[in-house]
Amino acid sequence: MPSRSAVLVGYGLGVVSEDAAADAALLADLRRVLGSRARDNDFERGLYSRDGSIEGSPPAIVCLPETAAEVAEIVRICRRHGRPFLARGSGTGLAGGAVPVGRPVVVATSKMDRIVEVDTANRVAWVEPGVLNLDLSRALAPQGFHFAPDPSSQQVCSIGGNIANNSGGPHCLAYGVTTAHIAALEVVLPSGETTTLGGVEAEPAGLDLRGLFVGSEGTMGIATKAAVRLTPNAPAVRTLLLDFDDVSEGSAAVSAIIAAGLVPSALEMMDQRAIEIVEAFAHAGYPTGAAAVLLVELDGLPGGVEAGVDIVREVALKHHVGHVRVAADDEERALLWKGRKNAFGAVARIKPDYYLHDTVVPRSRLTEVLEKVYRIADAYDLIAVNVFHAGDGNLHPILAFDRRQPGVDERVKAAGRDIVAASIEAGGVLSGEHGIGLEKRDYMGMLFSAHDMYTQDLVRETFDPDGFANPLKVIPTGSRCSDSFHQHVPEGAWV
Amino acid sequence: MSDQVTASLASRIAPEVAEFAGVVGESGPVAVVGARTHWHVGGAADAGAREVQAPCGIWEHEPSEMTVRCGAGTTVAELGTHLARTGQMVPLDPVDAAATVGGVLACGFSGHRRLRYGYVRDLVLQTRHVDATGKVVTAGGPTVKNVSGYDLPRLLVGSLGTLGLLAEVILRTLPVPPAAQWLVGDGDPFAAFDLLYRPSSILWNGSHAWILLEGDPVDVAAEAAKLVPAGFDPCDGPPPIPGTGRESMRPSDLRVLAGTGGEWLAEVGIGLVHRHEPVPAAPVSSANAALMDQLKQRLDPDHRLNPGRRAW
Ligand SMILES: Cc1cc2nc3c(=O)[nH]c(=O)nc-3n(C[C@H](O)[C@H](O)[C@H](O)COP(=O)(O)OP(=O)(O)OC[C@H]3O[C@@H](n4cnc5c(N)ncnc54)[C@H](O)[C@@H]3O)c2cc1C
Ligand SMILES: Cc1cc2nc3c(=O)[nH]c(=O)nc-3n(C[C@H](O)[C@H](O)[C@H](O)COP(=O)(O)OP(=O)(O)OC[C@H]3O[C@@H](n4cnc5c(N)ncnc54)[C@H](O)[C@@H]3O)c2cc1C
Repeated sequence: MPSRSAVLVGYGLGVVSEDAAADAALLADLRRVLGSRARDNDFERGLYSRDGSIEGSPPAIVCLPETAAEVAEIVRICRRHGRPFLARGSGTGLAGGAVPVGRPVVVATSKMDRIVEVDTANRVAWVEPGVLNLDLSRALAPQGFHFAPDPSSQQVCSIGGNIANNSGGPHCLAYGVTTAHIAALEVVLPSGETTTLGGVEAEPAGLDLRGLFVGSEGTMGIATKAAVRLTPNAPAVRTLLLDFDDVSEGSAAVSAIIAAGLVPSALEMMDQRAIEIVEAFAHAGYPTGAAAVLLVELDGLPGGVEAGVDIVREVALKHHVGHVRVAADDEERALLWKGRKNAFGAVARIKPDYYLHDTVVPRSRLTEVLEKVYRIADAYDLIAVNVFHAGDGNLHPILAFDRRQPGVDERVKAAGRDIVAASIEAGGVLSGEHGIGLEKRDYMGMLFSAHDMYTQDLVRETFDPDGFANPLKVIPTGSRCSDSFHQHVPEGAWV
Repeated sequence: MSDQVTASLASRIAPEVAEFAGVVGESGPVAVVGARTHWHVGGAADAGAREVQAPCGIWEHEPSEMTVRCGAGTTVAELGTHLARTGQMVPLDPVDAAATVGGVLACGFSGHRRLRYGYVRDLVLQTRHVDATGKVVTAGGPTVKNVSGYDLPRLLVGSLGTLGLLAEVILRTLPVPPAAQWLVGDGDPFAAFDLLYRPSSILWNGSHAWILLEGDPVDVAAEAAKLVPAGFDPCDGPPPIPGTGRESMRPSDLRVLAGTGGEWLAEVGIGLVHRHEPVPAAPVSSANAALMDQLKQRLDPDHRLNPGRRAW
């Protein structure tokens, strides 16, 4: 580990100088609470310096608490030392939300991974934030329930990360994103105080602080426990694969399926390059010659599901579908999904690195924005692969590249910015599910006015007036009223 | 990069919204009036406050996007009629359809089909409100999925107009289910809930339960057939829902109501009890009350928005 932290190119974050004496004093206090679970070795600082984005900068210290009381103690110690803290789940976030800024103390939740209680009478489960998304649904399966948000990263991402990013997944089209599935949250506020937001009762009194915390990317405190809602497993499921030899027919079919009054549980699209990459890896029988495929899933009671299959078939035929493949059994269904869920990793087959984008556009503009994405990638000499949640217009262009090429990082970022701009010009938004973090912080002004951002910052400041919790994320600095976010970021971190 | 994309949401503010902001102005206490169907929720409004009304009108509805943009002063009845033409709905379900969209959202109370369609907050995609400085603030976004910035729309829903006055909202629409059937009977409503896959509503008054099934006609018939041996028969619908008091419990705690007197109607699976008599607001923890007070202090330091009302 170099004695100076890495430079975060392009985010105005310069070289942060270390203060060895301050770090040592902080570590000593943290060790009194956590013993060997407070660490400052180079290996772990390196490990926690990055998330799934392309940014990185090491923290001062990594803490691995086991209880909410320990988390509260860590926050209080950080405050005493004037040091920011940063909650971290599995580090799969793609917007730099878990990238340390200002040499913070990282509070990793991986040892807080207990499913505390499954309460079927109230249809909630109380879980700690480090529980992995798929582990939770697996644990609920015997009782006939699951946790509906299913990010493609669900094998590894944490419930705490899902909450902080208000994550989505293929099946959120019908079931809604994370916020619809969180009844209550126990959180350690940036003051060090612990409180419960929301509740299991029908209408928790007062303002919806729970709703505000979900999606706040760790800038309003650390979630230490959550009551997540249980969704009953559907009695019937049908999965269809449709292929088109024209992307615009595929996109038009997406809108037509929705306009026909169906809300499929998932409606995913892959373009030609994605189909090829995925097929080479999953051998799911994806039609490699097609320009686009749609993966459509319908679930619910059998009558509606079968009627839905007929509607999808009819719509697809009108849009000149090549083949309509209906998975015959669970095995075939799993195979079709295996391709989709592993698509991002499979990109490594064409280039060693990739940058995964996330914007949303109105469904009716999908074709047009996709065409722009290809043109932008061409212009920056990058390869674009598209695998995305078409049903809710949520684009996920993957820019594949080789980091060893000089200057490629800048090209990747410039292309990303152009993709965001093209999406917003088409009436879309900055992010559908990955969040703002660092990556899109400085793009907020493309969508919101200065006054909109100022108002958002007022709300954030209510939770963290002194700027301790995951500073300098989400809101660009110019909008800060009192610049509280800045206070505990060491000299030189901001240039 | 082109300059047009700068603050794209702010650049699309409807003239009606800008005009409303002008009426609210920069100073003096204001009370925003909907249809006055529940004017006294959260306590009486200060008599001295100037009354203003949010704009009304359905400004954009793209059935294939499943979104609708309307003025917050639009009545729920008008919105429903408009959407029904294309087989869609927003299941706000207020007790009185004369209520306005803004009024329903300001109160933050979900309708009787929450069991299937979820909390009213989850139907709101974007809000534009007029803040205490008389400026328009946009939050959320126009698309069905969005995590751009902090979730102010969820904060505004249920805030009784004390943090901002809703001017325009974009709501998520849903297809009207092809079939719907109410059943009534004296069977165990909790057992019925476990028996069914995602019923739309189970209302229970201690002796009888009314169950709403919605969806494909084949499924509705099959689910209804499951209920017949459990003591339920088709009917036209439930009795009127008492509209004065709302008591909030954990869903499992509703069982304690069995055998208690009085007239009430409870939402099984949700935990809500509708009563004819007023129910005092549940207390908020001191830590949460402090946060809520701070929010109010920052967003409306002079307490000019809906003075007299208390959302907590
Ligand atoms: C291959 C791949 C596929 C993906 N697919 C999807 C997808 O389909 N849908 C989707 O939405 N996302 C997807 N993601 C993004 C990512 O997996 C999600 O955002 C996920 O929810 C992050 O969880 P995490 O545990 O890894 O969080 P981290 O990356 O560790 O943290 C994310 C943010 O949450 C905060 N945080 C973490 N824990 C807490 C806590 N306990 N309290 C407060 N704040 C906390 C962090 O500070 C940070 O800001 C994908 C990522 C990858 C790499
Ligand atoms: C006991 C009880 C039970 C209820 N049960 C249900 C139910 O089952 N289902 C349901 O959907 N609703 C229910 N409601 C809520 C009721 O439907 C709403 O109060 C009503 O819809 C308000 O609409 P309105 O237009 O008449 O508002 P008004 O009665 O005019 O105003 C109500 C409140 O909303 C504020 N308000 C109005 N417009 C705006 C705006 N544009 N911006 C900000 N604030 C605004 C007002 O200032 C006022 O504080 C219940 C309410 C009560 C008290």
